[in-house]
Amino acid sequence: MENTVLSIEGLCIDARAPILQDISLAVRAGEIFGVIGESGAGKSTLAMAMVGLLRAGCRRVAGKVTLSGQSLFDLSQPQLEQVRRRKVSYVAQSAAAAFNPFYRLGDQVTELAALELGTPAAERRKMAADLFRELQLPNPETFGARYPHQVSGGQLQRAMIAMALINNPDLIIFDEPTTALDVTTQLEVMRLIRKIVTARGCGAIYISHDLAVVAQLADRLMVLRHGKVIETGATRTLMETPQQDYTRALVANKTTTSPAVQARTAQPIIALRDFAAGYGGVSLVQDISLDLSAGHITCLVGESGSGKTTLARAIAGLVDVHGGTATFQGKPLVPRLEDRPRDARRRMQYIHQLPDLALNPRQTVREAIGRPLAFFAGVTGAAAEARLRQLMRDVELPEEFLDRYPGSLSGGQKQRICIARALAADPEVLICDEVTSALDPLVEESVIQLLLRLMQQRPLTLLFITHNLGLTRRFAHEVAVMQAGRIVEFAPAETIFAAPREAYTRTLLDATPVMERGWLEARL
Amino acid sequence: MRNLGFLLSLAAFAVLILAALLAPLIAPYLPSEPVHAPYAAPGDGGLLGADSLGRDMFSRILYGLRYTLGISLTVAVLAACAGVSLAFLAAFRRGWTDILLGRLVDAIMSVPQIIFALVVLAVAGVSLTTLILTMAVLEATLFYRVIRPVAADIVAMDYVEVARLRGEGLGWYLRREILPNAAPTLIAEFGIRIAYAVLFISGLSFLGVGVQPPAADLGGLVRENALAISVGQLSPLAPAACIALITLSVNGIVDWFIHKYSIRAELG
Amino acid sequence: MRDFIVSRGISGAVSLFIVTLLVFAGTALLPGDAASALLGQNATPEALEAIRRNLGLDQPLIWRYLAWVGHAAQGDFGQSLASGRPVAEVLLPRLGNSLLLASVAAVLLLPFAIGGGIAAAIWQDSWFDRVLGFTSMLFLAMPAFLVGYILIYVLAVRLGWFPSMSVAPLFGGASAWAKILALPVISLVIIGQAHTMKLTRTAILAVLATDYVLMAEVKGISRRRIILRHALPNALSAILSISILTVAYLIVDVVVIEIVFSYPGLGKLMVDSVAYRDLTVVQACGLLFALIFIGMNFLADLLALLVNPRQRVPARGA
Repeated sequence: MENTVLSIEGLCIDARAPILQDISLAVRAGEIFGVIGESGAGKSTLAMAMVGLLRAGCRRVAGKVTLSGQSLFDLSQPQLEQVRRRKVSYVAQSAAAAFNPFYRLGDQVTELAALELGTPAAERRKMAADLFRELQLPNPETFGARYPHQVSGGQLQRAMIAMALINNPDLIIFDEPTTALDVTTQLEVMRLIRKIVTARGCGAIYISHDLAVVAQLADRLMVLRHGKVIETGATRTLMETPQQDYTRALVANKTTTSPAVQARTAQPIIALRDFAAGYGGVSLVQDISLDLSAGHITCLVGESGSGKTTLARAIAGLVDVHGGTATFQGKPLVPRLEDRPRDARRRMQYIHQLPDLALNPRQTVREAIGRPLAFFAGVTGAAAEARLRQLMRDVELPEEFLDRYPGSLSGGQKQRICIARALAADPEVLICDEVTSALDPLVEESVIQLLLRLMQQRPLTLLFITHNLGLTRRFAHEVAVMQAGRIVEFAPAETIFAAPREAYTRTLLDATPVMERGWLEARL
Repeated sequence: MRNLGFLLSLAAFAVLILAALLAPLIAPYLPSEPVHAPYAAPGDGGLLGADSLGRDMFSRILYGLRYTLGISLTVAVLAACAGVSLAFLAAFRRGWTDILLGRLVDAIMSVPQIIFALVVLAVAGVSLTTLILTMAVLEATLFYRVIRPVAADIVAMDYVEVARLRGEGLGWYLRREILPNAAPTLIAEFGIRIAYAVLFISGLSFLGVGVQPPAADLGGLVRENALAISVGQLSPLAPAACIALITLSVNGIVDWFIHKYSIRAELG
Repeated sequence: MRDFIVSRGISGAVSLFIVTLLVFAGTALLPGDAASALLGQNATPEALEAIRRNLGLDQPLIWRYLAWVGHAAQGDFGQSLASGRPVAEVLLPRLGNSLLLASVAAVLLLPFAIGGGIAAAIWQDSWFDRVLGFTSMLFLAMPAFLVGYILIYVLAVRLGWFPSMSVAPLFGGASAWAKILALPVISLVIIGQAHTMKLTRTAILAVLATDYVLMAEVKGISRRRIILRHALPNALSAILSISILTVAYLIVDVVVIEIVFSYPGLGKLMVDSVAYRDLTVVQACGLLFALIFIGMNFLADLLALLVNPRQRVPARGA
C-alpha cells in the first residue's frame, strides 16, 4: 500500500519457548493502530521488534518487519540506527526510568536534532520550547533546563512524547504510556496523542491492556494473546461484532453490569466521625465521616495520593489515629492494632493489592490458609483439613493446590488464596485494597465475581478500595470519593453515577474511559 | 560450566575436610618430628619435602589444615549466630536499636579488619580464644551488614503485615516469616564468610599474631618456611596453595548456590 | 548538598570517635597494661608502680583518654615503649614509605583495573570477559603472600631481575628505589585489581541494564555514544567510589606485602610492634590507618555527590 509506514509479515520470535508466533500487521500513515493483550501476550517484545530490536535471549525465527520501506532485520547496525533516528520514535510506560538522570530534559529531548542535523544549542532550545508548549507543559521556555527528578510523572510522560516528536517520525510507538497515570492525567495524554497523530499525519501504534483506552484511541485493533493474533480489524467492527470468544469476553467485560448483591440491612457495622489518621504528627486523612452498612459493598475511590489506602489501613489499625471516633458494631474501635483483642482482629480481615507480596513464598498454601484457622479458632488436624478443602472450593481452586508454593501459581490464583486466607478467620468485614488492580481484565472480573458470590453466601461487609471508578459502577452499594485526604462525596452508587453532587466526582467520572463511540471526540 | 566448577569445588572441599579430619591416620609422620634432612627436597624427604628442622611438610600441612579449617568454621558459626540475630533484631525493632547497632557496626567497619585485629591482639595477647573472638566480632559485623537489609526487606513485605494483623508473636516472625526467606542469602553469606575467615586467619598467622608455634596452621607454615623461598625452595608455596584451594572451592560452591537461588549480587 | 556533606562529616567524626574509644579502651581496659608489657613478667611491684606513674596510668580513665586524644590530635602519640623514642618520629618516615608504595601501586592499578572492568561489562560474556572473570576468581581466592612469594620465586630467584628483599637504599636515587618497589608494587597490583575490576564490571552492567540505556538504543544512538555519553556518566560516581575504596584496600594489603618483602613501611612497623608489645606504637599505627580509611570513605562520598545531579540539584528547582 502506498501510505503504509509499518508492515509486519509472519513474525516469529523465540526465547526458550515461542514468544511471538506468526504476527502480521500493517499501519498506515495518519492512523492509530491498537494492540491489546494481557500480561505475557508478547506486547513488549512486539514493540521492540518494530524498531528492529531483540531483547537478550530472543531470536527471530521467521518473518519480516518493514518500516518506511526498509526491511529492518536485513539492515546493517549503522543503517538500522539511522532508521531509528529518522523514522520511528518510542514512548515507554515508565517515563521516570526512561530519562537519563544525568542530563537536563531539554538536552535529552533534542539529542537527535543535534546528532542528525547538527542544530545549534540556541535553536534546539527553541525547538524544545515549541514542543513543550504544544504538549501544554508549564513554563515551556525553562522546562528544558530541569532534570528528570525535578518534574512530576505526568509531566515526564509528556516530555517523552515531545522527545518522540523531535525527529518528525513516520511512526510513533506508544507502549502503555498511560498505565502509570491517574485517570485525569490519562485523559490529557490521550487527547494529546490523538491531536498529534491528526496534526502530523504520522502512523501510531498504541499498546495497552486496557480495552476502553485502546477502543477510544485506535482506528484499527489487534488482539494479542499468548504471542498469537486472536483477531484484527477496525475498532468499531471488533467492538460490535467480535468473532472470537476471547475478544467477546474482553468486550463483554467492559460493557455489562453485574447483578448487584442484594443489600441486607442498613445498620452501620463500622462508623467513623471526624476521623483523622496519619504517620508521625502529619494527618494524611482528616474530617472523615463514613458509615459502612452491614452486608453492603462500600467503595472508596480516589486518585493516587488521595489517602484512600491510608484510611483503610487506619481502620485496620495499621496507621496512627489522630482524632475523631470510630465504632465497630456500636463499640469503640481500639485505634492500635496491637491493643485490639484477638477476636476483634479476627472479625476484620485485610486483603492486599499485590498477592505476590502478601503470600510468604516459603509457605505452602496449606500453611498460609491453615494458620488463621489454628490461630483464631484453634482448629487443627482432620477438622482443619476439612475446612481447608471447603475454603479451596469456596474460592474455586482445586484442592491439590494446598500443597503448592505460591511461586507456582498465577496472579489470579494467588489472590484467591489470599481471599481464602482472609475467609479462614471467619471475618465480618473484608477490607480489599486494590485487590484486582494488578490482575489482567478477565482475571479481575472473575475475582470480582467470586467476591460477589461470597457476599451472597455469608454475612460479609466489604470495603473495596480502588482507583478505578468505572469498576465500582458494577457492584458498589455506596461510593465514597476521596481527594487530598478528605471524602468529597459519599452517597449511594446510583446517586454518584446518575447525579454526582461534587465537581470533582464529575471530573473523575468524565475522565474514566468507556467503550461508547465518540467518547474521546467529545472531550477533545 | 558452572556445574562442572561446582562439582570440582565440592570434591576439593570434601577432600580437604576429610584430610583435616583424618590427619592422624593419613599423615606419614608426626608434625613435630624431625624425620628428614633440613630442607630436604620433595621425593628425598616425604611427598612435599621437609622444613628447616627436617619436619615432614606433608604431615605438617595435614595438621595445619585442622587449625585453619577448625578456626575458620568456628569463627563463621559464632559470627553467624551473633551477626544474624542482631540483624534480625534491628530489622524488626527498628528505631534506636537499629540506629545504635548500625552506628557501632559502621565504626568497627571503618577500621580495616586486619588493623583492628592487630590492635586488639597486641593488647589482649594472642591465644586461640582471643583470636577466635576477635575474628568472630569482625566477621559478625560483615554478617550484620549483609543480612540486615535483607531482613528489613522481608519485614516490609505484606505477608509479614498479614502476620502482624493476625497478632503473631516475635517467635513466629523470626522463625516462620523472616528466617525461611532469608535462608538462601544467609547460607551464601555463610560460605563467603568461611572463605574470608580462612584468608583472615592465614594472614594473621603469617604476620605472627595467629596460631603460635610450635603449632602451626597453613599461614603459620608459610611464615616458618618463608626464608626457604629466597634460596629457591618451593616449600612455602605448598601451604599457601592449599589456602587458595580452600577459598577457591568454597567460592565455587557459593557461586553455584547464588546462581541457583538467584540471590542479589551485592553479596560479598 | 551542604546538609549531605555535613551529615557525612558528622558520621565520619562519630566513627572516628568510636574508633579512638576502641583503641584507647583496648589499651586501658584489657588485662596487661602498658607498664607490665614494658617490663615483662619479672618486674618488681615498685618498678611497675613507678612506670605507671610515669606514663600517667594512675590517673582517672576519662582524664587519660582526653589527654591521649588531645596529644594525638597534635601529632604527639607519646613514646615508643620499645625504643623510648617519640612515636611520631618513628612513625613518619615509615608512613612516607607506605604511602609511596600504595600510591605507585594505585597509579598503575586503577586505569588498568577500571578499564578492564568497563571492557568486561561492554563485551559481556565474550572470551575476554570470561578470561578476566576466571583470573579474578583465582586472585580473589589467593592469600596476598602467595602472590608475593610466587613473584619472588619467579622474578627474583629464577630470573634475578629484582632483589627479593626491600632493604632501603642509603645511597642511590630513583633507580634504586624503583628496583626495591618493583616486586611489592606488582604484587599489590595483582592482588588489588581483581576486586576493583569485578566491582567496576558490576557497576557498569547495572547502568547498561537501565531503561534509559534501552531508550537510547531505541532512539538509534550508536553503541559508542551510548556507552560514552549515556552509561559512563551515570556510572561515574560508582567508579569514583570504587577507585577510592581500592586505594583504601591497598593500604591494608600493604601490611602483608611489607612483611613479605621486609619493606620498611607502616605495616611492618605495626606488626613488629605487636610482636614487641610496643603498645603506644600499635595504638598510633591503628589510629593512623583508621584515619586514612575513614578519610578515604568520606572523600568517596563527597566525589560521588559532586557528579550526581540528583544530589547536586534540589528536587523542585526552577
